[in-house]
Amino acid sequence: MNTNKNSYTIIYAAVMVVVVALLLALVSGILKEKQTANVELDKKKQILSSLNISTAGQDAEALYNQYIPKAIIINYRGEVISDDRDKAFNVDIAKEMSKPLEKRELPVYLATVEGQTKYILSLRGAGLWGPIWGYISFNEDKNTVFGSYFMHASETPGLGAEIATKHFQNEFINKKIKNAENKFVSIAVVKPGQQAEGKDYVDGISGGTITSHGVDVMLMKSIGQYENFLGQVTDGGMQNE
Amino acid sequence: MSKLLSAKSKQVLLGPLSKNNPIMVQVLGICSALAVTAKLEPALVMGLSVTIIVALSNVIISLLRNTIPNRIRIIVQLVVVAALVTVVSEFLKAFAYDVSVQLSVYIGLIITNCILMGRLEAFAMGNKPWESFLDGIGNGIGYAWILAAVAFVRELLGSGTLLNYRIIPQSFYDAGYVNNGMMMMPPMALILVACLIWIHRAANKDLQEK
Repeated sequence: MNTNKNSYTIIYAAVMVVVVALLLALVSGILKEKQTANVELDKKKQILSSLNISTAGQDAEALYNQYIPKAIIINYRGEVISDDRDKAFNVDIAKEMSKPLEKRELPVYLATVEGQTKYILSLRGAGLWGPIWGYISFNEDKNTVFGSYFMHASETPGLGAEIATKHFQNEFINKKIKNAENKFVSIAVVKPGQQAEGKDYVDGISGGTITSHGVDVMLMKSIGQYENFLGQVTDGGMQNE
Repeated sequence: MSKLLSAKSKQVLLGPLSKNNPIMVQVLGICSALAVTAKLEPALVMGLSVTIIVALSNVIISLLRNTIPNRIRIIVQLVVVAALVTVVSEFLKAFAYDVSVQLSVYIGLIITNCILMGRLEAFAMGNKPWESFLDGIGNGIGYAWILAAVAFVRELLGSGTLLNYRIIPQSFYDAGYVNNGMMMMPPMALILVACLIWIHRAANKDLQEK
């Protein structure tokens, strides 16, 4: 057979493309359900991790149901617009943050740890190479950090990627996001050895300056959109101050 | 068994491990050797994934070799590799989610690994499926062990760990030992690969140019 004819080449290419497209569509279709389940389970593990709960070797689904019985959706004014737990879980924070502030629907997960309420907020920002995201949990005073979790898509291993380590995340515990005048100022991520004026700060990653800065901006912007919600503190919380 | 591994097959399988190593002798696939060797674990998974993909794509191209139109053969090879990489990546997402998260973009980047195109073009286009399969396995492992060797040195000296287990004891750090930050930088991978090539050539005189 003459494989150099134009018609043969064109038919060959067309058939190849159709076959490969069918194959990929088939694989994707078969595995879709399992992948979605994996992504959801992973999200639950990430949220639990922001409460300093390790899911290694445990049933993350059961732990999630045990610790996080409630989740709500709020708007930028801090008003609750839905208390549907599943709906709040499925909010895509990246999509919400691309909308104007007034139109955003922001998820808040209400956890109960040892009888105390913890508020978990969703974070989303940009690192050096790609998106970074995470969850941060606050005590009942909506000011003191209880735990945090950060993850990245493609930061440099050993440098920016260190934000995903517990070592870095544990630095945030007990830091406060409001200053002495009870105004939201976020938590700064600074170069090791430096300080931030008028707010709490943690040491960034040596050699991961841009990623560390990305975390700093992410905290400011992501927590900032919850500012009104964080301002509504129950009386009990205020008296503890 | 003797029929399965004739003298030629053995050469095809074992040659790439040393005398014909894709990284040390052909200097292919250097780009990913720099990117994934800061830690040992991603380097091992990367080596395994490349081995599987280069073996399978070699077999597929070898089966099709007499039908592929000459003028679009590179495109055909690329489509086969890209399809396989996508399938492997989908399977990882479904059955080994944690690993796929760890490797993130690197799995997709296997498509651009020069070893794949090199083996398809140089070997699979002109050899039978079984030999092509062995050639793929040989080259994949030849690539994987160099990656593992480089990652071993970089993780041990750069982070003081291996597979994320602490190897260098805390007492060393207390006594003033510091991790070598240079090891985390991509250029160090290049220098380590160069050292490997140096040792390899010193041991194999027939590889040295006159």
